[in-house]
Amino acid sequence: MSPVLEVTGLRTHFHTRAGVVKAVDGVSFKLEQGEIMGLVGESGSGKTVTGFSLLGLVDPPGRIVEGSVRLNGTELVGMSERDLRRRRGREISMVFQDPIATLNPMFTVGQQMRMALESHGSISGRAAAARSEELLTMVGIPSPRARLRAYPHEFSGGMRQRVAIAIALLHRPSVIVADEPTTALDVSIQAQILATMRTLATETGTSLIWISHDLAVVSSLATRLAVMYAGRVVEEGPTADILRRPRHPYTQGLIASLPAMAEPGAPLTQIPGTTPSLLSLPPGCPFAPRCPRATAACAAEPVLTRDGTRAVACFHPAEPA
Amino acid sequence: MTPLARFWSEFRENRIALVALVVVVLVVLLAIFAPLITPQDPYDMTGLSLMDARRPPGFVGSGGYAHVLGTDPQGRDLLSAILYGLRISIQIGLAAGGVALTIGAALGILAAYAGGRIETLIMRIVDLQLSFPAILLALVLVALLGQGKGQLIGALVAAQYAYFARTAYGAAKSERRKDYIEAARATPLSTRRVILRHLLPNCTPPLIVVATVQIANSISLEATLSFLGLGLPVTEPSLGMLISNGFPYMMSGRYWISVYPGIALIILIVAINIVGDQIRDQFNPRLRK
Amino acid sequence: MLGFVIQRLLQAIMVMAVMSVIVFCGVYAIGNPIDIVIPPDATQDLREEAIRRLGLDQPLWKQYLTFAGNLMQGDFGRSFVYNIPVLELIGGRLPATLELVLISVLSATVLGVSLGVYAGYRPDSWLSKTIMAVSVLGFSVPSFWVGLILILTFAVNLGWLPAGGRGDTVLVWGVPFSFLTLDGLSHIVLPAINLALFKLAMMIRLARAGTREIMLTDTIKFARAAGISEAVILRRHLLKLISIPIITVFGLELGSTLAFAVVTETIFSWPGVGKLIIDSIGVLDRPVMVAYLILVAFLFVLINFTVDLVFALIDPRIRAGATE
Repeated sequence: MSPVLEVTGLRTHFHTRAGVVKAVDGVSFKLEQGEIMGLVGESGSGKTVTGFSLLGLVDPPGRIVEGSVRLNGTELVGMSERDLRRRRGREISMVFQDPIATLNPMFTVGQQMRMALESHGSISGRAAAARSEELLTMVGIPSPRARLRAYPHEFSGGMRQRVAIAIALLHRPSVIVADEPTTALDVSIQAQILATMRTLATETGTSLIWISHDLAVVSSLATRLAVMYAGRVVEEGPTADILRRPRHPYTQGLIASLPAMAEPGAPLTQIPGTTPSLLSLPPGCPFAPRCPRATAACAAEPVLTRDGTRAVACFHPAEPA
Repeated sequence: MTPLARFWSEFRENRIALVALVVVVLVVLLAIFAPLITPQDPYDMTGLSLMDARRPPGFVGSGGYAHVLGTDPQGRDLLSAILYGLRISIQIGLAAGGVALTIGAALGILAAYAGGRIETLIMRIVDLQLSFPAILLALVLVALLGQGKGQLIGALVAAQYAYFARTAYGAAKSERRKDYIEAARATPLSTRRVILRHLLPNCTPPLIVVATVQIANSISLEATLSFLGLGLPVTEPSLGMLISNGFPYMMSGRYWISVYPGIALIILIVAINIVGDQIRDQFNPRLRK
Repeated sequence: MLGFVIQRLLQAIMVMAVMSVIVFCGVYAIGNPIDIVIPPDATQDLREEAIRRLGLDQPLWKQYLTFAGNLMQGDFGRSFVYNIPVLELIGGRLPATLELVLISVLSATVLGVSLGVYAGYRPDSWLSKTIMAVSVLGFSVPSFWVGLILILTFAVNLGWLPAGGRGDTVLVWGVPFSFLTLDGLSHIVLPAINLALFKLAMMIRLARAGTREIMLTDTIKFARAAGISEAVILRRHLLKLISIPIITVFGLELGSTLAFAVVTETIFSWPGVGKLIIDSIGVLDRPVMVAYLILVAFLFVLINFTVDLVFALIDPRIRAGATE
């Protein structure tokens, strides 16, 4: 079976006055139907820009300069804005970090859902209400019919995020990009939303890209992980395998610094150095300056190389188990 | 690079703003050295001849020199009158802007620092005044106080200090909420030090922006009041009054009496506003890329 | 909601009371109007008679109480100069001013919001840059100067439009309107443009700033991600979101335009209250000045009150807060 979404060599650059910021500079991955993939990395590693690139929603001065995004077999890069618009919401949609900022405070939830429904063909008010109600039920909003007439400020943060998820699901898209959708929420609510998302993905067959800086959260949800560093995917593979035996030194550092991995009482491990500026990245492996295993070979840029189910972009990867 | 040097290098990048700045400097220099440049002292009524009144540009009058921009209804050389008028406009703009800035900033910072009843009282008055159009307030004050430079400046200050107070209050208040001010208050630092070292520097950028705008506004307001016949005495015509004097003759085609002083006025105001716009954009971190 | 309305009403009454004291003291404390009403060569008897008749011999607070009491009954006193009730005088001039102000502010808002939204939506296009350059001019150039240039161009040089006056009017419910006749319309065009230009510049800037900010928010990104078309995003999401600052400024500007009408009315000899107040200030006709200022204050309070109500109607968050 061919993948729902296939991203190859994606590069999204921002041409600013200070220079070219290569926010995304070589991202490749595949997403199967119904699969949940975690896209992990520090802030500034290009995760969010990758997400926006998939929907063709990069704001100027940013632009996709290279690469391919194939959604259900159709190439999205270079597609006209009109055709892209038709696919957004219907084939691919997105959920954002802050549910307070995403919903329009001036419209009722019902009005916003109806706008989203009407954007892909006319629909009667009755049908729109029925569909909206169905979705609200699905994401676990109590007394959905009454809530359609409520405004966003009348919902709690977690409930608002559920509404946003319901809107993203209205047209049963093949892919949903979720950009840190639980970061702004309380931990207990975070767990509920995670559970809901997992159920929805299984029930509807929707594939999910879960963007997060929090490896612990993602690994509890995603079946596969892609780790990003400095705009590139540096390692990719099944979650369990990567957690058990990370191959890229950066991934190793990331996992070693997880509190759950540490011996009780022992200090947490840290990756030395800081995230590089994407404005003036030296050639070669971007992680080399912080890498314990770096050698002269790392002055060249490593390519993401596949080996069975796993891929890594490193000249000195750890051996897979 | 010092912050000032960085500011300047960024300012230079906008060519329109740079040209505007040059224009402002040039106009100010012309106004300062007006007595040395002009062929005539327009305020010396004995030197005026009605024979020379309302003559078109280029007319050679009784003084034996050409009136490059023509003459006004009193027989003044318009070029001289305009340069002297610019002097008055700039003087009044700077004086009114400066006094309003001082009073407004002091009130705003006081309200933000003191809090409580003082804050409520000051800001209530300021807000009430802000909702009332400045021109109307100035109009009534000038009508009540009578004519004269001092009265006019007083009216302009009363009409404009509230903008500075609002701005200073907003900036000082947001800074006041930060922990370090609380900490500074808890340590035995004097109030004066907290205000001078912490609150005032934070209010400065927005105050500079408001000051440029308000100086231009003062100049424009003064011209408007003078145009309505409520500004300065007729013997020392400001730009607004020159325009007003020429207005009745416009219908009969003697456009120059109003038009040239008007052009001078607009060049000055527009140039100040463009410079102010650029400064504001540079101070606004949200517009930065 | 009712509590909210009552609270605002009380506030408005307070403001009016304070304003009436300030205005009264301000106007009555300075200058001696008797010199204007009475010829300088009048006898002492005639002078004292006039002072008594106008109530100027009473202490200031007594004058105020009389004045406030009369005010309650709708009696604003008589004009020193015209010797007719002030209310009648102002009432006769008010429709002309209101017509001019409303037409100016409405057209400035509709046009300004459209241009501003465009300039904010496509900030880098040449048309946007032109719009912004023009708005800087509209902002900086003093309004009396624009009036002069309009007259010089369209009345003197081209001769297309009249330079002053109100032209033919039509009575609607007993109130004269200019814009309903062709002649009246030709008279109102120049003063309306003059008065509208500053507001237009302001609305453009406001709408542009609002649009730029809103278009970068997650609300718009989320709407786009849901596949909602740009036309719907602009027409529904954006317009609804910028409506709050626009309505605030619309209300405030309605008031300040009333004040700026003073200048425009003087230039174009528009027979409104603005022209009346300038003439009254010139001759220190106190009752007219006081009544005018009270009237402006009243209109301000009324406008603010209305704006608050409209807010409560369009913004669900405030509506909810008001009922709590």
